[in-house]
Amino acid sequence: MAPHGSMTSAQAADPHAGWQGIYADWASDRTVFRNVSWGKAMMWVFLLSDTFIFGCFLLAYMTARMSTTVPWPNATEVFALHIGGENIPLILIAIMTFVLISSSGTMAMAVNYGYRRDRKKTAVLMLVTAAFGATFVGMQAFEWTKLIMEGVRPWENPWGAAQFGSTFFMITGFHGTHVTIGVIFLIIVARKVLRGDFDRGTRGFFTSRKGRYEIVEITGLYWHFVDLVWVFIFAFFYLW
Amino acid sequence: MVDVTREFQDIERAEPEDVELYHPHSWITKYVFSQDAKVIAIQYSVTAMAIGMVALVLSWLMRLQLGFPGYFTFIDPATYYQFITMHGMIMVIYLLTALFLGGFGNYLIPLMLGARDMVFPYLNMLSYWIYLLAVLVLVASFFTPGGPTGAGWTLYPPQVILSGTPGQESGVFLMLVSLVLFIVGFTMGGLNYVVTVLQARTRGMTLMRMPLTIWGIFTATVLALLAFPALFVACIMLLLDRALGTSFFMPTLVEMGQTLSYGGGSPILFQHLFWFFGHPEVYIVALPAFGIVSDLISTHARKNIFGYRMMVWAIVAIGGLSFIVWAHHMYVSGMHPMFGFFFATTTLIIAVPTAIKVYNWVLTLWRGDIHLTVPMLFAIGFIITFLNGGLTGLFLGNVVVDVPLSDTMFVVAHFHMVMGVAPILAIFGAIYHWYPKITGRMLDEAMGQIHFWVTFLGAYAIFFPMHYLGLMGVPRRYHELGEMAFVPPSAEELNAFITVVALIVGFAQLVFLFNLVWSLFRGREAGGNPWRATTLEWQTPTTPPPHGNWGKELPVVYRWAYDYSVPGAAEDFVPQNQPAPAGAAE
Repeated sequence: MAPHGSMTSAQAADPHAGWQGIYADWASDRTVFRNVSWGKAMMWVFLLSDTFIFGCFLLAYMTARMSTTVPWPNATEVFALHIGGENIPLILIAIMTFVLISSSGTMAMAVNYGYRRDRKKTAVLMLVTAAFGATFVGMQAFEWTKLIMEGVRPWENPWGAAQFGSTFFMITGFHGTHVTIGVIFLIIVARKVLRGDFDRGTRGFFTSRKGRYEIVEITGLYWHFVDLVWVFIFAFFYLW
Repeated sequence: MVDVTREFQDIERAEPEDVELYHPHSWITKYVFSQDAKVIAIQYSVTAMAIGMVALVLSWLMRLQLGFPGYFTFIDPATYYQFITMHGMIMVIYLLTALFLGGFGNYLIPLMLGARDMVFPYLNMLSYWIYLLAVLVLVASFFTPGGPTGAGWTLYPPQVILSGTPGQESGVFLMLVSLVLFIVGFTMGGLNYVVTVLQARTRGMTLMRMPLTIWGIFTATVLALLAFPALFVACIMLLLDRALGTSFFMPTLVEMGQTLSYGGGSPILFQHLFWFFGHPEVYIVALPAFGIVSDLISTHARKNIFGYRMMVWAIVAIGGLSFIVWAHHMYVSGMHPMFGFFFATTTLIIAVPTAIKVYNWVLTLWRGDIHLTVPMLFAIGFIITFLNGGLTGLFLGNVVVDVPLSDTMFVVAHFHMVMGVAPILAIFGAIYHWYPKITGRMLDEAMGQIHFWVTFLGAYAIFFPMHYLGLMGVPRRYHELGEMAFVPPSAEELNAFITVVALIVGFAQLVFLFNLVWSLFRGREAGGNPWRATTLEWQTPTTPPPHGNWGKELPVVYRWAYDYSVPGAAEDFVPQNQPAPAGAAE
């Protein structure tokens, strides 16, 4: 991060680079991560903690899958859609993944416009992101419905190990909950952006302090994380 | 070391940019739904101590049954197991974790670092109320049909959800829901503690000038944020197993002649998840105690802490190592012996940084000007007790020694010494030490001395004989010994002795509680800095510290926290915010 005028004199006089810079940051007073606001630091620490939650879920899934004596259902067949007289494997998941990854793109643009104080574009892009997210959850609901209709339950399924349904509903459900929370947060923050709350300094979101445009970026961090987690779920659950 | 004098020029930037204090407008926002870390700390502490009293009473009941089997007919095997489970879970999570991190963390982090409050007061407030909800849900399980779960605090499946285990009907639901709530609430608080330490220190407060108390609490919070997820996941999966009939942890089972619908799950997976949380949890309660004791010893021996940097690195190293030792709780689970070898090695490696800490405490005391105040007594008591418990840990860390000792009273004695009594002694010491700052009055010295000696000697009278019982082979978690060929009748007498002492020690805690209340009104006026300590919390403009802690100007830190008995200084302590005299080397 390039030093600029608002930094303290000691740092400005002595721009460090590389490892020395990291050492200087950690050895400095007041802040360890220079120019990182409290909110952003909190989101990073939270995401680290959340990583451990998803990590445990995925490890538990792998353990269950490797230790079960009953064959695991074939993901290619289970997650295929019957379209136009042909079974297309993983087509729905491919679309879902595409939608979610696209939403990361619109989110990144929203952050950019947020820092340019372009209220309208920021809000619209956030709402587009939220719409992508809602679409994702909708398609997940469709997938769940389809599997339930075919007889998949958390405790059993027609094709093999019962743990298939258990882990599928648990992990995609937990991820879907994350996406849903993200959609709600996006809508709330977008509304605040649109109203100009962050220009007028009204109370922010989840705090009694003034809100700032930074919340757009913090929401974005969360959103990208949820996307990243999906990539892992996609790889381990659907492609394995 | 950062050169503070150079930064001295831009004093107008002493307030961090983000500070914008929330000012309460009514009695409710000031004392009930408060966003002030100090009030939240007191709320956390009082709640934790209240639920801790419940766990204390449960331990009396268990001791009564063990000491005088057959006399107390209302304690049948089922209730006995429920008492064991609730006692363990409450003490470890709802008392120790909440009190160290929610209580002391909230009170001390902003004050010791020269911050006005935690960085997210609103989240901090939510954290407490969710914790309270978790406690209430837990307590509610006493009043449900079937009572609380009696599966032992480790909640091992498959027995935790099989019929025949007490509380299988609804107690186990409430336990798991309560744990999930606790983790959610704790995460909100934990994010606060970590970010406050990282990003909201005052001018001159570098990481390597932080008091060791803060290092302990900070590292413990990081541990908690990374370890609780495993418990969270285990709880969710266990809930699904119980509620929906999934088989994450449940193998194929025959119960009362009937094959259950479960199948293919792995009970060992639960143990791995549980202990991936469970072992760091030991250090979540030990590291804050380490830090607090370091500060108490330095202050009351009027001497700088020996080897400050090593103390910091030892805390960090213990924290890191605590994540790769968990399976030493599982030597008898039937895992591969090579795993046992690996985990025994890592476990014994932890002894190195821990020994460094103990040596440094002793060397801090060495030729110090020791004041045997009540906090100091408790701090010294902690060192001895922790050393004792740590040494038996070396026995249990080795596979070949652990296997015959597994599930005996030896294990009970070990973990009570090392993570029961020792952290509690540190907590008592800390309360006697910081009570004057919190209330403005000293706790009564005479009552404190009685409290210390009865508790300290009593704890030894309780837990030393348990080692012996364990070596004889007396198993833990048995409602009644009955006729066992290898247990001589003297074991029964020893059990009765332990019970009597446990009751005496229990009642000594009432002296402490009385002291807390009595001193609030009648205690000697403390003044701002009764212990003549260097750290920032003792330098506040008023005592108790006002809302926002520091009045108009934040303190500026010029030195580390341990300038006691500095040669040539006017007094035998130099506060952290006292500038160096002109021309003197830093």
